[in-house]
Amino acid sequence: MRYAETGYNLEVDLTRGNIEVVQTDPRDTELYLGGLGTNAKIIWDRVPPEVEPFSPDNLLIFSAGLLCGTPATGCNRTIVTSISPQTRLFAYSMMGGFWAPELKYAGYDKVILRGKSPNLVYLWINNDKVEIRDASHLKGKGAVETQDLIRQELNEPKAQVAAIGLAGENRVYFASIEQGRSSCSRQGLGAVMGDKNVKAIAVRGTRDINIARPAEMIGLINEVLEYIKWRNENPIPNYMPILAGLGSPQEMKHDDEKWHTENFSWGNARERRRGFWNEEIAKDWKETMATMQRRTISCYNCPMRCGATISPPGKSTYMMKCFSKLTYTMAAYLDLEFGLGIAQSATEYGVDGYSCPQVMAFALELLEAGILTDNDFPGMPSDNEGRFYWLLDRIVRREGIGDILANGTYWAAQKIGNGAEEFAHNNIKKHEQLPLKLGKLDPIYYLMYCTNEKITITQIEGNFPQAPFMTREEREAFVSNWIQVPNERIKQVVLEWEPRGEKSAPYFPTPDMCCEIVDWMERMHYIDDALGMCAGLSAFPLKPPYHIHNYPKIISAASGIEMDEEVLTQATKRYRNLVRANNIIRGMRRKDEVPPEDHWKKRFPELEKELLDKYYKFKGWNNDGVPTKETLHDLGLDYVAEEFEKRGIYSETPSYEILAEKEKEV
Amino acid sequence: MGKKIVKTIKVDADKCNGCRACEVICAAFHATPKYSSVNPARSRIQVVRDPIKDIFLPVYAGELAAAECMGRNIYILDGREYEECAFCRASCPSRDLFKEPDSGLPLKCDMCEDDPPQKEPLCVQWCLEEALIYEEREEEVEEEVNLSDMETGLQSLADKYGLQNLVDTIVRMAQKD
Ligand code: SF4
Ligand code: SF4
Ligand code: SF4
Repeated sequence: MRYAETGYNLEVDLTRGNIEVVQTDPRDTELYLGGLGTNAKIIWDRVPPEVEPFSPDNLLIFSAGLLCGTPATGCNRTIVTSISPQTRLFAYSMMGGFWAPELKYAGYDKVILRGKSPNLVYLWINNDKVEIRDASHLKGKGAVETQDLIRQELNEPKAQVAAIGLAGENRVYFASIEQGRSSCSRQGLGAVMGDKNVKAIAVRGTRDINIARPAEMIGLINEVLEYIKWRNENPIPNYMPILAGLGSPQEMKHDDEKWHTENFSWGNARERRRGFWNEEIAKDWKETMATMQRRTISCYNCPMRCGATISPPGKSTYMMKCFSKLTYTMAAYLDLEFGLGIAQSATEYGVDGYSCPQVMAFALELLEAGILTDNDFPGMPSDNEGRFYWLLDRIVRREGIGDILANGTYWAAQKIGNGAEEFAHNNIKKHEQLPLKLGKLDPIYYLMYCTNEKITITQIEGNFPQAPFMTREEREAFVSNWIQVPNERIKQVVLEWEPRGEKSAPYFPTPDMCCEIVDWMERMHYIDDALGMCAGLSAFPLKPPYHIHNYPKIISAASGIEMDEEVLTQATKRYRNLVRANNIIRGMRRKDEVPPEDHWKKRFPELEKELLDKYYKFKGWNNDGVPTKETLHDLGLDYVAEEFEKRGIYSETPSYEILAEKEKEV
Repeated sequence: MGKKIVKTIKVDADKCNGCRACEVICAAFHATPKYSSVNPARSRIQVVRDPIKDIFLPVYAGELAAAECMGRNIYILDGREYEECAFCRASCPSRDLFKEPDSGLPLKCDMCEDDPPQKEPLCVQWCLEEALIYEEREEEVEEEVNLSDMETGLQSLADKYGLQNLVDTIVRMAQKD
């Protein structure tokens, strides 16, 4: 019997309309865990770098995490993996909600889609009955609307449905996949789904997920629940409320947005508005939130209530999570009422709430700068609100200028030319980032931004405080019950870290310390993404209930895999390097590992170089960010090293030398 | 007439966030051995959820109803629209709610009978929202015969196939051994 996982994947060939149930190898679970880990292995084995994102040979994998469907609180992530049309790299994005556990109960760990359906279809997985059904009547329907229509059509109120909207159908590079109260938003996975002509995947399951050591497992999860209760009563003192507790940032619970609105930049990631927040705005926004929000809600098997149902006047209700609350508001320099309203349309269309508003603001900036002209925007209203709705419509329909913008700021700027590239300044690896903009370089964030393969910063920050505590007493209090920290050295950094002076950013934490801290935070995210755990209870917040010390016991009790911290760390390293390997064979090198261009007002080129040099070395990568043969060998990934060798990756001119050459020429 | 402690769970649906943790723990608790599997379809509490319509309604499995009832009314409460079946605790022929997914046998909430007893029913313990509140009260009751799980199951089989058929089958099975 298989524990925690089902041991079966669904293989769907959309071109031929063929469906197969394939038993998986339990050794792969031991080596790569599940979710992201085994997804990375499948992409490595089956999608060579020559395959284009919109090729029938590209795979789109919907995977439940290893612990989804077990009693593990907050474990409900679906990890979707493919090759991104926007970055042309290995893409993975996670969504919470209810879909992944339902897939497990239906008897599958993953759904692997290949080929391309000749017409629009949806998949209906009902235990061992799996069908490809016609979806022509759902063409153009909203992503939320579609979920309901399918449930009605199937007469299955308990079916969980992941669907795309118009943006996905039209292959908008930042199209999302929407489901429950959640979405896979980053890197355009909705576009790959649309390209495969799949409107939705509906699933319903009534089978058992088995637990290897039941009594131990339930004991451990009860401890987790106890800790959650304790943490809910004990937020981190002197920390901003949205981050002081657990869960993903509690944007739905708190309405004081002084911190976000004054520290994050507005428009196309251009300017911070110091002093923006005042009493009147506070009152107005509070009222908007109170009148439009119906209820705060949770994902499957989790008490944290990070999302909410929102009913904007005159529009249908939708579910909102986290920071999309502010992205449209800030891009358009408008108020919260506008933001919550346009987010309803954007959710139905199915677009990424980080990229989309920035792309629209970027277009308007180009218009102001004269790089685009009024002729590019025929019929666009003159008011800000109208302009944003107009642009959103053009983008998801790929009409006129919308067709160019639908590829995101990087590709749009290339196409528009004429200096437009300078306006696509908030990207990493061709992908729009959250519009942060800070004063002084932050060395920890610098490393996370550069080297993180999730290509979205917010999903890799976490367990280490974002800023030093003001006083020694606060620091001591913080570390006194910091059970989550992997070692005493990291505690020491927090104790010594000062807001100003010698022991402050950017030279403190030192590059060596930064390596260790970033590696720890990254490791936690990689564990979560294999287990299907919500980062909101693990990698993301301070002092979470799941951590490196209890995870091995929990994984072991649920799955029966023998595990301790070392084995878990090694497994995580293995598929972390496999994810990177998938990008290295697609051409990613050091030259691509740069933070958004003007992210920090003041930069420190020498320190930045040292940071990256040290971190690559710490990770066992060469100076170009390529995992060395020795590293790969230690992880049992010789097959990767052989492929690198065969492709001449180890013998090429390093990208940093090419860069240096170029600089000399200028 | 006698005195009896009646165990009840009060549901405050306004507090429910729709997480279904109650289903998870109920299903796990009733697995054999305990906690050895999870399958919410086996849970004796089911959350009727329709977030867009703001419907979040935890319902406990009650007695088996051998025949489906005539109730098909629509109720509007607090601006939300419910089908009559949403509130019904019976396992009845017209829906698969509160039935073992494999055997189709009816499920019934047993307040987590356990030896030694749990301090509170498990679903109450796992609902951190306090949408489920455990209450005990003393009541004067008629001495009634409570059907055991097995009897409830047999009763439903008898209703479905006829008592004589059921007896014949059991006799046949007994002879095979
Ligand atoms: S912590 Fe929040 S986002 Fe995470 S699973 Fe729970 S409700 Fe969902
Ligand atoms: S555990 Fe509580 S909040 Fe969650 S669905 Fe059940 S009743 Fe609702
Ligand atoms: S009281 Fe026990 S048996 Fe009844 S629904 Fe709750 S967990 Fe299930």
